Amino acid sequence: MKKNIFYSILFLFFLFIFSIFYIGLDKPNFYTPKEIKNKKLETFSSKELFSNEQFQSNDLIKVNKFTILNIWASWCIPCKQEHSLLMDLKNKTDINIIGLNYKDKKNNAKNFINELGNPFSKILTDPDGIISISLGAYGVPETFLLNNKSKVIRKYIGPLNNDHVLEIINIIKS
Amino acid sequence: MISSYLGYYSLILGFIISIILLIYSIFCFRNNNEKINQNIYSILFLQFFTVVISFISLVYSFVFSDFSNQTVYNNSHTTKPLFYKITGTWGNHEGSLLLWLLVLTLFIFLFIIFSKKQTTKYRLLSVFFQQIIIIGFFLFLLLTSNPFNFLFPIPKEGLGLNPILQDPALAIHPPILYLGYVGSSIIFSASLASLVQNNINSEWAKHIKKWIQTAWFFLTIGILLGSIWAYYELGWGGFWFWDPVENVSLMPWLCLTALLHTIIVLEKRHLLKSWTLILSIATFTLSMSGTFLVRSGILNSVHTFANDPERGIFILLFLFFLIILSLILFFIYQDKEDIAQKKFFIISKETSLLINNWFMMYFLSVVLIGTTYPIFLEVIINEKISIGPPFFNKLIIPFLGFFLIFMAIGPKFNWIKDNFKRIKYSRVFIFFICILISFYLINKSSSEILFTSVIGGAALYLLFTTIKEFSEKRSNISQTISHFGFGLFILSILFNSLFSSEFSANMKIGQEITYNNEQIKFLNIETFDKENYKSVKASFEIIDKKNNSISFYPEIRIYNQPNILTSEADIISTIFFDKFIVINLLKGEEIFNVRYQTKPFMIWIWISTCLISLGGILGVFKR
Amino acid sequence: MRLIKLILLILFLTLSFQKILIANNNSLIVDKISKNLRCLICQGQSVYDSQSDFAMSMKLLIKNKIENGESEDQIYDYLKNQYGEWIVYDPEFNKKNLILWIFPLILFIFGGLLIYRKVFIN
Repeated sequence: MKKNIFYSILFLFFLFIFSIFYIGLDKPNFYTPKEIKNKKLETFSSKELFSNEQFQSNDLIKVNKFTILNIWASWCIPCKQEHSLLMDLKNKTDINIIGLNYKDKKNNAKNFINELGNPFSKILTDPDGIISISLGAYGVPETFLLNNKSKVIRKYIGPLNNDHVLEIINIIKS
Repeated sequence: MISSYLGYYSLILGFIISIILLIYSIFCFRNNNEKINQNIYSILFLQFFTVVISFISLVYSFVFSDFSNQTVYNNSHTTKPLFYKITGTWGNHEGSLLLWLLVLTLFIFLFIIFSKKQTTKYRLLSVFFQQIIIIGFFLFLLLTSNPFNFLFPIPKEGLGLNPILQDPALAIHPPILYLGYVGSSIIFSASLASLVQNNINSEWAKHIKKWIQTAWFFLTIGILLGSIWAYYELGWGGFWFWDPVENVSLMPWLCLTALLHTIIVLEKRHLLKSWTLILSIATFTLSMSGTFLVRSGILNSVHTFANDPERGIFILLFLFFLIILSLILFFIYQDKEDIAQKKFFIISKETSLLINNWFMMYFLSVVLIGTTYPIFLEVIINEKISIGPPFFNKLIIPFLGFFLIFMAIGPKFNWIKDNFKRIKYSRVFIFFICILISFYLINKSSSEILFTSVIGGAALYLLFTTIKEFSEKRSNISQTISHFGFGLFILSILFNSLFSSEFSANMKIGQEITYNNEQIKFLNIETFDKENYKSVKASFEIIDKKNNSISFYPEIRIYNQPNILTSEADIISTIFFDKFIVINLLKGEEIFNVRYQTKPFMIWIWISTCLISLGGILGVFKR
Repeated sequence: MRLIKLILLILFLTLSFQKILIANNNSLIVDKISKNLRCLICQGQSVYDSQSDFAMSMKLLIKNKIENGESEDQIYDYLKNQYGEWIVYDPEFNKKNLILWIFPLILFIFGGLLIYRKVFIN
């Protein structure tokens, strides 16, 4: 009898282990960051691209109900692709868009803007990428939708697409 | 084209033969013949032959860049050098499974040839159980991972093999490793057969020991090759990252090493029958779990195969089936006599071997839990954590000191019963001298002195003990070499990790930097065009304190297909240290990030591992 | 004799869990921390090993924080707050990881008991 119980327990144990692995197969093996809604973005200070003026991020953010912070670089190809969507967004809603130029050369960044248009009210620079890390970003492109208290309403990793833009517009309007 | 048809239908034929073998082996078993039916030999050979044909067909398709074959298309390219076209056959998921089958069918054939002294029924049952495994692999291949899928229209060019995988060490790493894994499958089948036949005894132990030693030898070398590849090719200076794929090869190795020791107890003293069986089953189960973990996409790692949950489900079910089968057989056939066992005396060789198993199982549990815990956590509470080197180091290193000491004194004890008084005081004295020596050497580095000295001391003590044993008459050469190798291994790793130094800076061409009394000169850059990549080669000169200069030529390779940038380190190896430089392109500038590392005793890590495995293979050829 | 062994064992284990004393050299500390961080845009590399943008920026950030006088723990907490526990290779010793750290040790003790039974009882 003892033997039966022992083996039954073993069997159930393995069954448990296998159920876990079976379910585990469905989970993605890359990390998707948890929704960081209502997380306050750290204040940072940086030089503006064209004027070289020093700005504090919360100064620029607190005067608008909503702000979009877009991390981009001239050498980043998906950034080129999403740029037209940013222009679109600016034209349609006149929302305040701040650009953060990531690990870029000034001239290249300026050329990029001159060629493709400027949707940004201000372009701050992040020459060594530290500011982006302090914001919890992974790389370029990345976009944050913030309220006037620098709280993150939405975060988009990777280039924006039409659905994202629609989502942003809906949130702003409500 | 034709080769794909040939390969595919050969596989189908092999599959049918497996089913025939499954039934036929039971049929012969029931017949109670004393001598084995000669047909078994022929059919087994035929099975092996069909897989050989299939394998050669795939190699042929790779060599002649037959892109009508989907596997070739995904993993090869016309500009790939011939050697890597051939080895690319098993550098992908489908091809590697075909290699598994090749080795599986080869080994069972060899087993039936080399087991003539065993009973017929036992041999037939071994064939039976092994066929279950082989059929499982055939099904896996044919249903989810067919290497002979057609592509239409036929592409003109392939998608190319990852250039990081174009390396000689990595080319032979899978075949050698699989020899180890498949060896463990034979042990599994033979153990189950022995269980059913109530044959688990000293004579069987003697017979199966050769197979255990062989599998262990290949597994050790296989893991070594993987480490060597990681060190030389990836160029980060590390050789073991506690990465899931690495852990997955280490786990069966730990289990197999424990089995290697337990089988000695079974052979000499007729003890630990059930435990031996459990270890045999566990080793192969761990090999299969490993296959599951790296091919199903459940874990994130730097070298996982293509991820496909469907394949994962198959392996998982197959694994579950094998475990339940083993459980059932154990339940039915376990020897009740085994429970009432003879007593173990505390000072005896049996107990030392038990202690070895105790530590081995602990190390195994650390690696197993560390590798699979994130999966459990994610499924149960939906949170992801990372488990890396700090965890494994913290849980394993403290136990190494004791482990080494037991390794040094355990083999000296006699069987059954020995007494402590035999231990001469001189030995204890030598032990403390070792700790002092170790302390003196480690003192130069600013790390935890007490505890690393003990490990270093224990390793040194192990070295002294084994060296002394070489001169003794009764010595067991294979054991002594392996234990000596292990002591050397721990010492090399210890000194390597304590005394390694690294320097990293961004440098321009022509720049010179002084570091640690050495002058590092970045001389110039040359670019060449090669077969399938563009080479950006830098030359460096390092002048040390004694005014000796060494030249380094690290390289950046820009491959065309697929479009990848790799950094090739230039490593200068000497007996005392490895020095190497790695360069990296900084985005769009003429500045390079330069990393210069000095790693002492690196080559001893490889040499000592070879010594460890040498002991294993010597054991096979004894008597 | 056995008691002495037991005391030595306990002493040994407690001493082993001490933090490593490293010479007060900032770059070594940066290395130590970055070896313990996962490069989030790579597949299975540490920040120390990786040459990606993310890793390079991260190393710079850590260096700045160290020079600012922040402690290792503060830096780890900061990064965990930004990126989640996933970024650190050394799993925390908290409730949900308790099994992770304790289970192998429990198994070790269990194994020890089995051997004890075999040797001393019967």
